[in-house]
Amino acid sequence: MKKRPSLSIARFWAIIIKEFIQMRRDRLTFGMIVGIPVVQLMLFGYAINGDPKHLPTAVLMADSGQYSRTLLSALKNSDYFRFVRQIQTEAEGEAALARGEVQFVINIPENFSRNLLRGEKPTVLVEADATDPSATGNAIASLRTLIAAALVNDLKGPLTYLAGSDGPVALRVHARYNPEGVSQYNIVPGLMGVVLTMTMVMITGLAITRERERGTMENLLSMPTRPLEVLLGKIIPYIFVGYIQAGLILVAARFLFHVPMAGSILLLLLTTSVFIAANLAMGITFSTLAKNQLQAVQMTFFFFLPSLLLSGFMFPFRGMPEWAQIIGEVLPLTHFLRIVRGIMLKGNGAGEVLLQLWQITLFALIVLAIGVKRYRKTLD
Amino acid sequence: MTDNLVIDVRGMTKSFGDRTVVNAIGLQVRRGEVYGFLGPNGSGKTTFIRMLCGLLAADAGEGSCLGFDVIRESDLIKRQVGYMTQRFSFYEDLSIAENLDFVARMYGVSNRRDLVKESIERLGLSGRQKQLAGELSGGWKQRLALAACLIHNPQLLLLDEPTAGVDPKARRDFWEQIHELAGQGLTFLITTHYMDEAERCDRLAYLSYGNLLTHGTVSEVIAHGRLTTWSVTGPELNELARRLRGIEGVQQAVAFGSRLHVSGTDAAALEKAITPLRLEPYKWQQIGSGLEDVFIHLMGNSKDNF
Ligand SMILES: Nc1ncnc2c1ncn2[C@@H]1O[C@H](COP(=O)(O)OP(=O)(O)O)[C@@H](O)[C@H]1O
Ligand SMILES: [Mg+2]
Repeated sequence: MKKRPSLSIARFWAIIIKEFIQMRRDRLTFGMIVGIPVVQLMLFGYAINGDPKHLPTAVLMADSGQYSRTLLSALKNSDYFRFVRQIQTEAEGEAALARGEVQFVINIPENFSRNLLRGEKPTVLVEADATDPSATGNAIASLRTLIAAALVNDLKGPLTYLAGSDGPVALRVHARYNPEGVSQYNIVPGLMGVVLTMTMVMITGLAITRERERGTMENLLSMPTRPLEVLLGKIIPYIFVGYIQAGLILVAARFLFHVPMAGSILLLLLTTSVFIAANLAMGITFSTLAKNQLQAVQMTFFFFLPSLLLSGFMFPFRGMPEWAQIIGEVLPLTHFLRIVRGIMLKGNGAGEVLLQLWQITLFALIVLAIGVKRYRKTLD
Repeated sequence: MTDNLVIDVRGMTKSFGDRTVVNAIGLQVRRGEVYGFLGPNGSGKTTFIRMLCGLLAADAGEGSCLGFDVIRESDLIKRQVGYMTQRFSFYEDLSIAENLDFVARMYGVSNRRDLVKESIERLGLSGRQKQLAGELSGGWKQRLALAACLIHNPQLLLLDEPTAGVDPKARRDFWEQIHELAGQGLTFLITTHYMDEAERCDRLAYLSYGNLLTHGTVSEVIAHGRLTTWSVTGPELNELARRLRGIEGVQQAVAFGSRLHVSGTDAAALEKAITPLRLEPYKWQQIGSGLEDVFIHLMGNSKDNF
């Protein structure tokens, strides 16, 4: 039998030390090792609120009586609703919902106070943006109690009977855009953005580092070319790849999940190109910053994680604390999710889409400018 | 006649960290010349060439390349230079034709299709143009790289160890092509480790540790070396070499196949030193020093300077 060398504690230790040193030197990996648990803890531990509160609410007051005022002030003081403004017409409410400015429009009908006093149980109509059913569920459930509690002070003495057993007013909720509260309606269109973010950033993220590692960069740099040519040249082809993915998801959305397509598919496809380009630009810029392919992949991951968590895909956007919403507002995925859901579920048109699209465009331009600036024209 | 100088630079310097890799090198190369660039590995040849075509920013230096300012006008220089990198740097996952087409497009040549087709025909690769560059052998890669460097009709070719790892027949063909092109007015700066190739250059420069040690035609370089060389044949040359190296007046004893070259800068001292060893069965003969003798000598000296 061949004699094998025995295990050596010293060698074992040497390797441990070496690995530690290497890990410490590799800042990015180290950052990831530390950063990911921290980010996850913050997000899941306390930041993410599966029960979003302070949802922006507009009120259409057609009645100026005592009870409607009571109701309005109760709304203003509630946890779930954040009173944004009073509106005058239903069309105005409609538009605010479509743009995603408000989550709810509460309609207090004409003669509300009078009808209440007459015991006619006036109807309060709530229009809710139910694109993401989890964002609205609890708020709506709380509304009935909120109204009853608010009016109970006003309905004392001889009026107590009005409070009745099922409350003094009737409540009608219109869950708009996704009346059945199907969560797939929310998730599947969103998935399009998530998949594109992941793959597009990754694809171009490797573009420049790959050239460096294979030695082809030297050749490329010896030719007369400008950074923007190289960067854009590496972005454009992958827009088509992005369209293939988008197409697959749209087909699945239509035929597997029966997600409605309330708006124009053409508008959606046009917008998608901007979103794809923004992610490709992000990737290529990572590529100019990264020293090797591993770093590029790590950066991609760093970008993907907040995109996934803070864009409103995973959790209702309005359930996140303000700082998380601020980060979320920067990310292209956040705006793209609003666009996709807006077009598919709300039937949004170009007007609403542009409100989000310019932010994606701005992101793409800034990121690309950084990439051009950081692109090294020499091998130094 | 300065307008006849394709490369005319002075004081080119480059450091990486605190190590000066190219130390104040000046170089003049005339139009239509085949200029050999020699020196051991790590002597700074590649770094120098990269500075010429703007791939590395020089720390110091001035001059012109193809009439353009070598520091500030690299974009213009790049258009007229063909640079063949030391390591194959075309796309291995692209076919021969695709690589050539890419290069042609990058330089914006007119009648691109024809040029690419011609180039493939000249390479003798018409039947294999769809083959991936990565699947080619070393010799074919080198030919593809040269063809690609020529496609935009450059004035100056910078070839960095173009024949490393290439078989002798292919090397000979390669050099024939170089001289033919030089005859048409192209200028070449070629790095090489092969002495036979060095001897085929119109002029040479020799670098060591970033310093330019000598330059000129082959005979000038040899003359500058001021070396006297004896050739010895006989048995146990290794043993003889060992003994010779210890003797005053002998600066080097180097095996060349079945012969030993014994050299020194002081002819009289050398002759005196070897006299006791000029015995049968050894056959001694004084010869003219060759390039290699001189280079080995230069190398030895430059090490001493460190
Ligand atoms: N980018 C770089 N960073 C640090 N050192 C380098 C770099 N490029 C080359 N060197 C060093 O400079 C020296 C000269 O290299 P090079 O120009 O490639 O020599 P040669 O081509 O003559 O073999 C070598 O010691 C090499 O290690
Ligand atoms: Mg080299």
